[in-house]
Amino acid sequence: MNFAAICVTLGLAVAAWPARADGLAPYEIVGDAIPAPLAGALGDAARGRAIVLDRQTGLCLLCHSGPFPEARFQGGLAPDLGGTGSRWSESQLRLRIVDARRLNPDTIMPPYYVVDGLTGVAKSYVGKPILGAAEIEDVVAFLATLKDKSK
Amino acid sequence: MWIGGALADEIPRDQRRSGYETMRPETRAMQDSDADNPATLWVLDGEALWNKREGAAGKSCADCHAGAAPMKAVAARFPRFDAARATPVDLEQQINICRRDRQNAPPLAAESHDLLALEAFVAKQSRGDTIEPNREPGAKESIEAGRKLFNERRGQLNLSCAQCHDDNWGKSLGGANIPQGHPNGYPLYRLEWQSLGSMGRRLRNCLSGMRAELWPRDAREYVDIEMYLMSRAAGLKMESPAVRP
Ligand code: HEC
Ligand code: HEC
Ligand code: HEC
Repeated sequence: MNFAAICVTLGLAVAAWPARADGLAPYEIVGDAIPAPLAGALGDAARGRAIVLDRQTGLCLLCHSGPFPEARFQGGLAPDLGGTGSRWSESQLRLRIVDARRLNPDTIMPPYYVVDGLTGVAKSYVGKPILGAAEIEDVVAFLATLKDKSK
Repeated sequence: MWIGGALADEIPRDQRRSGYETMRPETRAMQDSDADNPATLWVLDGEALWNKREGAAGKSCADCHAGAAPMKAVAARFPRFDAARATPVDLEQQINICRRDRQNAPPLAAESHDLLALEAFVAKQSRGDTIEPNREPGAKESIEAGRKLFNERRGQLNLSCAQCHDDNWGKSLGGANIPQGHPNGYPLYRLEWQSLGSMGRRLRNCLSGMRAELWPRDAREYVDIEMYLMSRAAGLKMESPAVRP
């Protein structure tokens, strides 16, 4: 059952959640994770793969490397994404993408689902998160498929 | 261990390296040979402009500066603090100050061929000269303002210059080697631009990459950052006009 279905079952209307002033979907952090999908529904791993590999959308491979033979230019600033799905749960991955600063305030990893508290954002990006809620769910779904082959 | 990443510390003096040192041998050879360095075209045009009488004053740069020899090592100490105007000025601005106030000629547009050409010709006279720390009393405030901007997070990606250029130099950003970010080669020919470009253009490239709002062309922020970058590069040798990937 996906999150939207759970909401229906429990009689919750997602729209009835307290609206956020910044226009982003509300979410709750529990420990080092965000347990519920942002968009109310789980994402699509194939779309997530495309986002992770796209240098304009996901930007992930500027810093990370990973098991993506077709990506010629990969980054060397961050851990290899191979095996991510074995190391972290989807809930943990969700918080890492939404706002990695929650886990390491000094991180170089951009906060992907944040619009407030940033300085000097270019006009065309003001008020927009790097990735939308549905895109983040797609990325999370894809990362979860990256299982560690050595185990 | 990735967690607990260090807050930007300046690169120790003995580890400061020009972007030249991490370039491929072919690109270094291109910079080293005047015949192969594409920037030579601008230098030659700049020399012609240097000797050309301009403006209502009917004077050439050479008329006042007695040939080009007095320009030796000048680029190695720009930006300087202009006490009379109570503001830091970079080489580009100084050239336009001379155009306007000494030649009575209209200033040259930022990033225009003629301004880059004059700047390349003047800066070439400092090739091999060592960048000395700027000890002008007025420069300190500008250097500190630049240092602050360099360490501040900006833009949608919430990155600071220091996170790349102090903390992660030598590593690969999507296949591009991150240099330490030294200003010792400007103006320079960038293979990606297929053109000569100024320090300002380089800074705007990095700011755009951070998805940060660009300051207006003539904003003080660029000169402050340049001031700080020059102080950070003290001890390195000038390479203008350099070549970069
Ligand atoms: C500007 C560099 C940068 C970008 C862009 C970036 N990351 Fe990261 N990421 C890091 C760094 C550095 C870490 C290591 C932990 C830390 O410093 O917070 C990290 C950690 C992670 C982790 C935890 C890794 C582990 O196994 O411990 C995941 C998962 C991750 N990133 C996924 C992504 C995805 C997916 C994207 C694109 C949507 C992305 N990152 C974009 C720099 C980046
Ligand atoms: C009428 C004389 C005159 C002309 C013409 C002239 N300058 Fe100057 N220039 C000066 C004087 C005087 C100074 C020092 C005071 C100042 O900064 O205005 C100076 C300073 C400079 C400096 C800084 C030198 C240093 O040691 O800090 C540069 C660079 C420079 N000029 C370049 C040029 C260029 C390029 C041209 C031609 C576009 C030019 N000048 C035309 C008189 C002139
Ligand atoms: C995400 C990493 C990153 C950030 C943040 C960043 N830069 Fe850069 N910078 C680079 C890369 C990579 C290059 C080399 C360009 C290339 O080869 O593609 C570069 C080049 C430079 C250079 C040219 C060095 C040379 O040898 O010619 C300077 C100067 C510079 N950056 C200054 C800055 C300043 C100032 C800031 C902050 C406003 C900044 N950078 C932010 C990655 C970054």
